[in-house]
Amino acid sequence: MTTPVTPVAPPLKDELDIVIPTIRNLDFLEMWRPFFQPYHLIIVQDGDPSKIIKVPDGFDYELYNRNDINRILGPKASCISFKDSACRCFGFMVSKKKYIFTIDDDCFVAKDPTGKDINALQQHIHNLLSPSTPFFFNTLYDPYREGADFVRGYPFSMREGVPTAISHGLWLNIPDYDAPTQLVKPRERNTRYVDAVLTIPKGTIFPMCGMNLGFDRELIGPAMYFGLMGDGQPIGRYDDMWAGWCAKVICDHLSLGVKTGLPYIWHSKASNPFVNLKKEYKGIYWQEDIIPFFQSVTFSKESTTVQKCYIELSKMVKEKLSKVDPYFQKLADSMVTWIEAWEELNSPAKSAPAANADAKRSRPLFIFFHSV
Amino acid sequence: MSQISINHDEVDIVIGALQLDLKSFMEEWRPVFSQFHLIIVKDPDLKGELEIPAGFNFNLYTKSDIDGVVGSSSNAISFSGYSCRYFGYLMSRKKYIICIDDDCIPARDSAGNFVDAVAQHITNLSTPATPFFFNTLYDPFCKGADFVRGYPFSLRSGVDCGLSCGLWLNLADLDAPTQALKPELRNTRYVDAVLTVPARTMMPVSGINIGFNRELVGPALLPAFRLAKEGNLRWETVEDIWTGMCVKVVCDQLRLGVKSGLPYVWRKERGDAIESLKKEWEGVKLMEDVVPFFQSLRLSTSAATAEDCLSEIAAGVKEQLAPTNPVFARAAETMVEWVKLWKRVQTQ
Repeated sequence: MTTPVTPVAPPLKDELDIVIPTIRNLDFLEMWRPFFQPYHLIIVQDGDPSKIIKVPDGFDYELYNRNDINRILGPKASCISFKDSACRCFGFMVSKKKYIFTIDDDCFVAKDPTGKDINALQQHIHNLLSPSTPFFFNTLYDPYREGADFVRGYPFSMREGVPTAISHGLWLNIPDYDAPTQLVKPRERNTRYVDAVLTIPKGTIFPMCGMNLGFDRELIGPAMYFGLMGDGQPIGRYDDMWAGWCAKVICDHLSLGVKTGLPYIWHSKASNPFVNLKKEYKGIYWQEDIIPFFQSVTFSKESTTVQKCYIELSKMVKEKLSKVDPYFQKLADSMVTWIEAWEELNSPAKSAPAANADAKRSRPLFIFFHSV
Repeated sequence: MSQISINHDEVDIVIGALQLDLKSFMEEWRPVFSQFHLIIVKDPDLKGELEIPAGFNFNLYTKSDIDGVVGSSSNAISFSGYSCRYFGYLMSRKKYIICIDDDCIPARDSAGNFVDAVAQHITNLSTPATPFFFNTLYDPFCKGADFVRGYPFSLRSGVDCGLSCGLWLNLADLDAPTQALKPELRNTRYVDAVLTVPARTMMPVSGINIGFNRELVGPALLPAFRLAKEGNLRWETVEDIWTGMCVKVVCDQLRLGVKSGLPYVWRKERGDAIESLKKEWEGVKLMEDVVPFFQSLRLSTSAATAEDCLSEIAAGVKEQLAPTNPVFARAAETMVEWVKLWKRVQTQ
């Protein structure tokens, strides 16, 4: 990335929220400070709400724990997972910004092959602000990138592209493997820096990882529901997968783009593969039915908005996946609850999302109010 | 790149000679090409003797060979210019064919190492492809990579790879208008990845640097789409783009994979984009019809071989595209003639 001679304001400073789910601490923010400090943070504290999560000084943030989630959503809070990073999607719902960047608290700044620190947030912004090309594959990857273009044979009528809804980043060091692969290859590290951003073609679904993810909340926000995972649920570690499959089929229907590739972050923590296996193992079987389901999803022409698509999708989930496991009936219901909650918090008629308007301010003092 | 042991007897390298002096091209590639059998086909329109350096194991085919084999089909099928290579494919009996334009030399990777493009193509062709679900870490069979979380286990064995599409450093394969608009644009970015182009996703396949499995998709690499003013610069052709889409449709139908990415070759400066643009721009315009046609093409479930698929594609071209432009009508005819020729020659 080239840096300008005279300093410019960080791009989208007032239009982007950084959503971070955490159950441990936010020490990792120190390393990200040069890149994140200008932006507003939404911290979603999972687990014990009485624990105090210290946010490093100098960051502008709002923090929500489980008590806040219950208070703000009431009975609809049932759709937000507990004891799982899936709770991050609550942050997506309460945000008032156009763009979201979400990152895990064990993800650090990576270096590019020249040794330079990678500003992952800025790359996501570049990805989101430039078009995608889902209808025809460009062999030189992102054609809008400096030093690249559309190749010979690429029709000119398709060169305008479509708006980008999602920017999916990758990870150096600990790769995002499932438990069986982790068990077989405990020492494998991702050391390959692939210098590309590319659009995932229309009609192709992919495994979306929530560790390093940007999206346009106005374009696709209501589809970014991370499902029912964690405590009291039969499955975990499929939250981001579920959101990715739902979001991609909706993006395909609405002609929105999904990009993957740069930026890289440095993933530092390998989770316990045996713990992961317990969480995932049902998913490993269920995905054999889930994938063909998503591959055959078609929407009616009345589904012209993300919310309508999502509701229609929830009905299809209930109809077609319930036979795989009753969990999917619950999940389908939660999908509806999520949309209802989203509409409540985000309809233009309502002025503020929270019952307590003070929740939006960044003063740490309010943490104590919420934790009681 | 994973280490694959290459059986040299399974590979032919086809060289379409559009210029007489092959010396510098072959010297640059000597470390690689000298290990394999080469099929050199001289452009039938090229007058004079080819200059081929010593120390290579090759068969040379010229106009008289082409006329001898093709016979009466020569009315429908032209092997002029870039299309001369297809005669080489016809003559080969090997499992894998690699073909690189004669204005390309070996590239170096980001660490400065010599890129053995042939070895990479063979690796791509002999490891599985994964067209049914996208892997965000690109080629899962590559050393140091794997399938990511969320990738269905039933899809992890992959399918055979039919086509390997490489890329180009320096002069990228851009069309004439694009290169004319950005005359200084050179591709300097080495993207260290191979990925499978998903099923049902169409793409522009550049013929500059490819490898394919002749046993699986051989007949689909065909000379069919000839522009009225086609020339001997890639800016003046789109024949490979057409062929590539036929191959992709065939691969999608037969559940084979198409890979794109590594290897890179270094493409030398040649020609003038603006001159080419003045001479020939029809190809650019025709893509507007070609791409939607291939994207909407659906073959019958009974099309179980590459030849069957091509016959159906040709029928579709004749019905839907031919009425709009004679170049399509000729393409459909040529495809039919080619399939007949291929069957005749392959059974000899």
